[in-house]
Amino acid sequence: MTYLEKSIEQIHEALINGSVTSESLIKESIEKSKLIQEKCNAFVTILEDAKPKEVTENLLSGIPFGVKDNYSTKGILSTGSSNTLKDYVPFFTATCVQNLENAGAIMVNKTAMDEFGMGGTGTTAHTGTIKNPWDTTRMCAGSSSGSAAAVASGVYPYALGSDTGDSIRKPAAYCGIVGYKPTYGMISRYGLFPFASSLDHCGVLTRSVKDAAIVVDVMKGKDPRDMTSWDSSNIHLKDATEKPLQAKKVCYIKELCDIKNYENPKEELIKHLENFHQTLNILKNMGVTVEEVSVDETLLQASASVYVVLSCAEATSNLSNLTGIIFGPRGKGNTWEEMMMDHRTKGFSPLIKRRFVIGSYVLQKENQERYFKNAARVRRLLVDTWKKLFENYDAVVLPVGTGPAKPLKEDKDMIGKIDEKVQALDEHLQIGNFGGFPSITIPNGFIGNLPVGINITGNCYQDELVLNLAYHLENEMPYKGQTSEVSK
Amino acid sequence: MKYKAVIGLEMHCELKSNSKVFSSAKNGYSTIPNEFVRPLDMAFPGTLPVVNKKCVKDALKMSIALGCTQPEYMYFDRKNYYYPDLPKGYQITQMACPVGVNGKIDIECDGKTIPVYIHDIHLEEDAASLDHYFNTSCIDYNRSGVPLLELVTEPCFSSASEAVAFLETMRSIYQFCDVSEGDTKKGQIRCDVNVSIMEETDQEYGTRVEIKNVNSFGGVYDAINYEIKRQSELKSLGRYEEVEQETRRWDEESQTTIHMRSKVDAIDYKYFVEPNIPKYKITKEWLEEIKKEIPELPLECKHKYMEKYGLSDYDASVIIKDKSYVDYYEKCLSLNMDAKQASNWLTTQILGKINHEELSLNDFFLTPERLKQITDAIENKLISSKQAKEIFMKSCEEKKEPKEYITSENAQMNDESKLNEIIASIMERSAVQIEQYKNGKTNLFDYFVGQVMKETKGKANPVVTKEIITQYLNEEIKK
Repeated sequence: MTYLEKSIEQIHEALINGSVTSESLIKESIEKSKLIQEKCNAFVTILEDAKPKEVTENLLSGIPFGVKDNYSTKGILSTGSSNTLKDYVPFFTATCVQNLENAGAIMVNKTAMDEFGMGGTGTTAHTGTIKNPWDTTRMCAGSSSGSAAAVASGVYPYALGSDTGDSIRKPAAYCGIVGYKPTYGMISRYGLFPFASSLDHCGVLTRSVKDAAIVVDVMKGKDPRDMTSWDSSNIHLKDATEKPLQAKKVCYIKELCDIKNYENPKEELIKHLENFHQTLNILKNMGVTVEEVSVDETLLQASASVYVVLSCAEATSNLSNLTGIIFGPRGKGNTWEEMMMDHRTKGFSPLIKRRFVIGSYVLQKENQERYFKNAARVRRLLVDTWKKLFENYDAVVLPVGTGPAKPLKEDKDMIGKIDEKVQALDEHLQIGNFGGFPSITIPNGFIGNLPVGINITGNCYQDELVLNLAYHLENEMPYKGQTSEVSK
Repeated sequence: MKYKAVIGLEMHCELKSNSKVFSSAKNGYSTIPNEFVRPLDMAFPGTLPVVNKKCVKDALKMSIALGCTQPEYMYFDRKNYYYPDLPKGYQITQMACPVGVNGKIDIECDGKTIPVYIHDIHLEEDAASLDHYFNTSCIDYNRSGVPLLELVTEPCFSSASEAVAFLETMRSIYQFCDVSEGDTKKGQIRCDVNVSIMEETDQEYGTRVEIKNVNSFGGVYDAINYEIKRQSELKSLGRYEEVEQETRRWDEESQTTIHMRSKVDAIDYKYFVEPNIPKYKITKEWLEEIKKEIPELPLECKHKYMEKYGLSDYDASVIIKDKSYVDYYEKCLSLNMDAKQASNWLTTQILGKINHEELSLNDFFLTPERLKQITDAIENKLISSKQAKEIFMKSCEEKKEPKEYITSENAQMNDESKLNEIIASIMERSAVQIEQYKNGKTNLFDYFVGQVMKETKGKANPVVTKEIITQYLNEEIKK
């Protein structure tokens, strides 16, 4: 086991006592990046000239990390995995990346992703499909696909992701690692390329809950450049994980977790839910009260459509700055309209264009009330339902997805027949984005050789409680710190 | 005019502030392109808007001053459209919940008081500016993100003069409240105009034509009149159906309006709430605080000057034209200068001088304190009003205190006995002229005055001098 596969605290100790240097960690991380690039196509840029930094008291000092390519990084190519920004080198660094660098952490690569975070497969990056390190015929899910693949392969202990629907928490499950997005606004979004501003969260992928806590402790903080950020100086995530178990009572949702609710369930769904219930038993054995609750199925099934309407609407506006006039390759044409159209036609993948069409459609004057405003109302209903649950429960615990990583040939963004019940299970993590709730995925077992995950979501500002529960549950299971076989 | 015109205005005014409305770039006027630009102003990916509180405050100030209703919460909307001068592809503005609605303000036009109804007033950001050349266009982002206050009136004007009177009043209100320089030369005020015509007896409005981007008050006046004429001619010819609901633009060069787009081509701006700016509660306390900062508005000042200080309508109107004039005048009053005298000095000598030399009254050397040195000297009969004007000019040119010119040496000669002496000796040696005067050449009176002035180097009190000369000559005639 190399140092890069250990926990942040273990690496830090090794750096302090001199058994490893920052220089050798970086060198190894870059070598490993190249290997994983070959096998998984996980990166847009590998920073071969990354320089070691002084090891200080800060746990992150001297340790390499990865950054999703939709974070603005000064002087370093930042593409959002899109042809529209394929040569874009920003002149400012995202606040949360800067916070990590100020702590002495060293960025060694920019990870590939679904174009601008729009996609859940890792198949729409301009650099090609990103493959799952546990089985390269499978997807990582998305959109933080490269970050998940790299952390699962032991390239470094953590990488930044962003999460608009489930873009950190789904790939974490598919890659057998931890994915955490804190309460909306805890981490500044300044420098994160926007997808849907009201749903976008910054966050991190790690191999343990404590590592996630350590990293977000550094990333977070009120930023004068992001009006939605707030002062979290009284929240200490790492300290929270070290406390005895705080959570008393959690719930799960019958309509999503009861196998009897599904018609002709697939074998992997049966196993996934069995495994989930086994994890619930572990929670019970820890002394946590676990209760089944019922939520209106129609409401649950509406979530996916609400997400499509709201995220596409915001995306079509947010990405209107990509015209090729100020940055990005200049389009050809005799008029400015032709130039913009040429840039956007060539630059965006078909998936994104489809989403722009949806977004424009639902925002049109004659459609707004029926689609956009109704979606906003259902968003409110879903959030209120979850808030109601949080009045009685410390967290909502649910399985992530409908099983392990899907084969790459089953692209979920391809239009096909949709089983609404299965879709509701696949998409419920979006509710965490609707409400801005703190939400963490941790690995909770295997189906065949592929990892699966469980998600814990709490009420806004209850990040300490959520991480504390996740930490104690993680300790009762054998998956903490696991890496995939591909790198060995 | 045969038909009744119905006119509505949209007035965009750039606000004064240190930084732009959503970015930390300087809000300033520069001839150097792209001098005041931060990443947000060019919409670099990952940038976020941060609201300038001063701009919100100033917008609320105007909302209160115009008698509008303020909302409980402040938030913004995105207006989405593509144009090369709009880097983000949307403008942050206020559609659903403007900073003020349903206001009313009285204006004066041709001696009449007219109520103007304000539909709404809202805070938004300006776009970049475009310069078009033969086969290229250049974008200057200095203006991108400059705070704009857009005011929309109800269609409540019936002539171009009323519309322009409103714009002039608004400009001085903005200046009075210190929220904008309101300089049309710098493009700080831009207007859209809506014009329709109807029969006097009609109950419903005619077809509304919008004229976009009129950049001067003169342009507004001409565009309205052109459009009324164009529509009236068509209506007179029975071709009113040719008046289309459309957007036109004012072409300065040809002095005509030109078709831009029809109603069917209207852009759907796909408004929705700006998610990066959290809703902000506007407290009653804050509004009270802002209210206290609103000064007396121009018309209030005007009426005060007329009623309390007896100024003429004309003089009072001149003074309220500009905030700096009012500030100057108020300062004079606070120094206990005579209200009418101060008004005369301001409206004639001082404005004449600054307009001639294109100076700003704020930077004018002859401050009210310095002016008082002169008016005091007149009152104390130390100098004549003619001397006063000379001292005024000298003081301005040489940038010296007026009192330096008011010495005992050039003090006015008021002493009657001394003047009597001087005049007596002049008369003694002017037998020829006196004879001619007696024979009817009465314009020689000025000759005698001139002689006295020559003798006294202009210091003789002209009133007293004339009295004494009249006495002498009358006595000579009696002889």
